[in-house]
Amino acid sequence: MSYISLSDRDKKEMLARLGLSSMKELFTSIPDSIKLNRDLNIPDSKTESELVSHFKDIADRNMDQNYLSFLGAGAYPHVIPSVVDYLASRGEFVSPYTPYQPEVSQGTLQIIFEFQTLLCQLTGMDIANASLYDGASGAAEAVLMAHRLKRKSKVLLAGLIHPQYKEVIHTYTRNLGIRIEEVGFSSDGFVNDADLQKKIDAETSVVITQSPNFVGVIEDLESISKTAHANGALSAVVISEPVSLGLLDSPGNLGADIVTGEAQSFGIPQSFGGPFLGFMACSKEFIRQFPGRIAGETVDVEGKRGFVLTLSTREQHIRRERATSNICTNQALCALRATIFLETIGKEGIRELAWHNVQKANYALEECVKISGIEKKFSGAFFNEFVLEFGKPVEDVNIYLKEQGITGGLDLEKFYPELKNCVLFCVTEIHSKENIDRLVRTLKEALNS
Amino acid sequence: MIREPLIFEISDEGKRAYALPKLDIPEKKDVLQDVRTRKDIEGFPQVSEIEIVRHFTRLSQTNFCIDIGFYPLGSCTMKYNPKINEKIASFPGFSHSHPFSPEELVQGNLEILKTTEELLSEITGMDAFTLQPSAGAQGELVGMMLIRAYLEEKGDPRKIVLIPDSAHGTNPSSAHLSGYRVQEIKSNEQGTVDVEDLVRAMNDDVAALMITNPNTLGIFESDIKKICAIVHEKSGFVYMDGANMNALLGECRPGDMDVDVIHLNLHKTFSTPHGGGGPGSGPVGVKKVLDPYLPIPVIERRKDSSLYFNLDRPKSIGRVQSFYGNFLVVVKALAYILSLGPNGLKEVAEIAVLNANYLRKSLEGEYHLKYKTPTLHECVFSDKFQKEHGVQNIDIAKRLIDFGVHPPTMSFPLIVHGALMIEPTETESKKDLDLFIEAMKRISKEAQENPEVLKEAPHTSYMRRLDETKAARESVLRWRPEEKEAPQNKE
Repeated sequence: MSYISLSDRDKKEMLARLGLSSMKELFTSIPDSIKLNRDLNIPDSKTESELVSHFKDIADRNMDQNYLSFLGAGAYPHVIPSVVDYLASRGEFVSPYTPYQPEVSQGTLQIIFEFQTLLCQLTGMDIANASLYDGASGAAEAVLMAHRLKRKSKVLLAGLIHPQYKEVIHTYTRNLGIRIEEVGFSSDGFVNDADLQKKIDAETSVVITQSPNFVGVIEDLESISKTAHANGALSAVVISEPVSLGLLDSPGNLGADIVTGEAQSFGIPQSFGGPFLGFMACSKEFIRQFPGRIAGETVDVEGKRGFVLTLSTREQHIRRERATSNICTNQALCALRATIFLETIGKEGIRELAWHNVQKANYALEECVKISGIEKKFSGAFFNEFVLEFGKPVEDVNIYLKEQGITGGLDLEKFYPELKNCVLFCVTEIHSKENIDRLVRTLKEALNS
Repeated sequence: MIREPLIFEISDEGKRAYALPKLDIPEKKDVLQDVRTRKDIEGFPQVSEIEIVRHFTRLSQTNFCIDIGFYPLGSCTMKYNPKINEKIASFPGFSHSHPFSPEELVQGNLEILKTTEELLSEITGMDAFTLQPSAGAQGELVGMMLIRAYLEEKGDPRKIVLIPDSAHGTNPSSAHLSGYRVQEIKSNEQGTVDVEDLVRAMNDDVAALMITNPNTLGIFESDIKKICAIVHEKSGFVYMDGANMNALLGECRPGDMDVDVIHLNLHKTFSTPHGGGGPGSGPVGVKKVLDPYLPIPVIERRKDSSLYFNLDRPKSIGRVQSFYGNFLVVVKALAYILSLGPNGLKEVAEIAVLNANYLRKSLEGEYHLKYKTPTLHECVFSDKFQKEHGVQNIDIAKRLIDFGVHPPTMSFPLIVHGALMIEPTETESKKDLDLFIEAMKRISKEAQENPEVLKEAPHTSYMRRLDETKAARESVLRWRPEEKEAPQNKE
C-alpha cells in the first residue's frame, strides 16, 4: 500500500520544475559513502486485507483475552461507555498536532481546560496540567518538582508505591544528586509511621505516598502530610487508581501539595500497558515549577472567550535547558478519552462507580477468606485491590487457575521478597457475582488439591 | 457556528449519560471502616448522552486537522495517518490485554514488540532498540542516560553535552536532566554544524554531541562522518535526534553514518496520529556497545522460540515508563512499516523531499531564504521581505488560516529570525501544494498592498486572534462555580 498522492505526471512536472531528471538527484547532499544503495531488508508491502489477516493472526496469539482476569496493579479493567470510542475516534481529535495555533484548535484546547478542571475537582487541587506520559513518569516529575521547590537532597518514598513507579523515580533522579530513601510499611498495610518519623529530617524535600497503595490499602494521607509539613517537606500523593477519588476524600483536602498519577481507569483500555495517561495537579503557589502543558482562558480580539496554551515560559521550547521538564509530546488523545469518560459518567456516576468497586472487592475478599488455606494479609481498609496469603506458593495456585481459564492475581514475591505466598487481586465493577463466585470456587479447589 | 459552552455550564442536577447495572451482591455499608469519604464533587458535570455527543462533536468542528487539510508544520511531519492502522490497534487481542498477563498468554504482543525492534534496527542501521520511551523527549533522555551510564562505568561520566544552536528545545532540556551542562555549537553560513567550532569545543569533558540530521533547516549534515570521527576521537558519543528521519528512509541509515544513539518519533516518521499532542512513541536505537544499558525489560527469544521479558540486566539504566511503553502506538507503526515495505518507505523519503523542494522552488524570491544550501524534507523561510511592510511571520501564519491551510512552524529554529518552517510531507497532492503556493504568493502581495488584512488575520476562523498575554497574566486555568470562590480547596 502507498499513501502518496502524486501521479506519475505530477512527479515528472515537479522534477522538471526543479531542473532534475530523477529522484536520485534530490539526495545529492548525502555523500555516496553513506548511501544505502540496496533495498531495506524488510518484508514486502502488504495490502489492507493482507495487513488485517496478518495482525488478526498475531492478536489471536494473545490467549489472555479468553481468560477471566483479576489483574490490576496499575492497569485496571473498567467499563468504557460507547460514546468514548465513538467521539475519540473523530479525525478532528485524532489527526491534529499540539494546539499551538489556538484560532484553529479551540476544540482540543477547551477539552484540555475541561480535563484540567475535572482533575482539580477530583484531586482537590488548584491547578492541573494537560497530561504527562503515565503514572510512573508523573511520580518522577513530582519528585523533580519538589526537589526544585525545596532544594534539599533527600526524598522519602513510601515502600508501597507501585514498584515500577519507584524504578522510574530512581531512573529519573539517578544523575541529579537526589538521595532516595524508602519508608517501610506496617503489618496492616500502611506507611509505617514510626519509620517515617525516624527517616524524615530537615534535609527532606518531599514525602511521596501512593493511595490506595500498591496492596490496595487506603493510606492516612492527612497524617502523612502533617508529618511532612512539620518537617518542612512537601507531601506528594500518587494515585494509580483514580476511580477511588469518586468516593474517598480528596488528597487536596488531606494536605497534599502535589497530586500525580495514572488515569488509565478513565476510559482507556488496558492496551498491554500503554498508551496510558499521566496527570499532575498542585497548589497554585507552585505553578512556576509545574511541568507540562497548561491551557488557560482568554479572549479573542472580538472579546469572545477562548483558550490557549499558556505559561509556556516554563517549557523546553522557550527555556531549553532551564525548563521545568523536557516533556513536549504528551498523551493528549488519552486525556480526551478521560474527559469524555468523566463527563459521561458524571457526578452521581463517579461516586457509584467507586462504590461498586469497593463493594465487589470486599465481597470477593470475604468469600475468599472463608477458604481454608487463605488469609487476608493486611487489615487496612482497601479500595478495589486486596492481598491474600496462600498456604502454598502462588505459582502453584495460578497454574491451576490458568487450567480453569482464570488469570489469577499478581504474585507479590517478585516485587516484595517478604511477601511470600502473597497475591494481589483486583475486583472492579466489571466482575459479576458469577465471575467472583467462580474465582472463589476455583481457588478452593486449588488450595485443597 | 454555535459557540459551545463549557460542559460545566450546561450541567444540571440529576442528569445522567450512563448507568451501571444494579449491584448483584449484598451491599455492606461499613466496608471502608473509618476512612474519610467525600460528599458529591461540587461542580462535577451532569449531562445527558446527547449533550455529551453534541458537546464533543461541536468542539471537534473547531479543530483544524490533517483529515481536513494541508498541515505543513515544519519538524512535526504531519503526514496522513492511515485508518487501517487505527482499526488494527483496536483489535481486542491488543487493546484488552493486561500488561501483567502471563507471558505465555501474550506471545502476540511480544512478537509485535520484537518485530518492531528488529525492523527499526534494519531501517536505521542500529544494533538494538528499546520501545519504552513515550515520546521523542523521553527518548532523548534515555539516550543521554545510556551514554552517561557507559561513561560512568569507565570511570568518568564527563560534564558537557554539545548541542548545535539550531536544535530543538528538548535536546538541551534532556541533556540537563541527565546531569550535563549544555554548550552550544555554532552553525556556519551554510546552516550546518561549524566543524571548526566543534573541534575547538571537543575535549575529554564532553560526553556527547547531540545532532539532528537532516537538521532543523532541512539540510543534511554532509560532514556527519567527519563530525562523528571528531567526537569519537575524544571517546565521546554522537546522539542523533531522528525527528527528521522521514527524509532518509531507504536512502541512508544513521548507523552507517557512525552515529551511536538515535531516537525516532513513531508519531512523525511512522505515521501514528499526533492526537492533538500525543500519545507518541520515541524508540531509541543504539550500537552494540550501549546495548547492556538499555531500559529493562528487554525482550528476548528462548531456544523454543518463545519470547520473554528479560529483567536480569545488571547494567541497565532502569525503567523510564511503567510496563512496555506506548504499545498500541507501536502496533500502528508496525502496521505502517509492513504496509509500505522497502519500496514504499523509500518512496516516502523521495516524495517528501520532492514536495518540499517544489515548495521551496516555487516560493523562493517571494520569501526570504536565509540559507541557500540544498534541503531535503523541509525548508525554512523568513519574514524578512514582508517586515519591510510591517508584517511579521505570525501575520503570515495567521492569514494562511483564511486560505484553509494550517500555519507552518513559527520562530524556530532560533537561528532564523522570523522563521516560517515548512514541511509538506509525502502524502500531499500537487493540487494542495499549488493551493498553498498560491496562498503564500497572495499573502506576500497583501503584505505590500494591504498589510492590515494580515495583521488582523485570521478573519474566517471560529476564533479571531487570541490574547495570550492576558491568558498568562490572569492564569485562569480551570472552571469554577460562580457563586463561591475556590469551593473545595484547602486554602
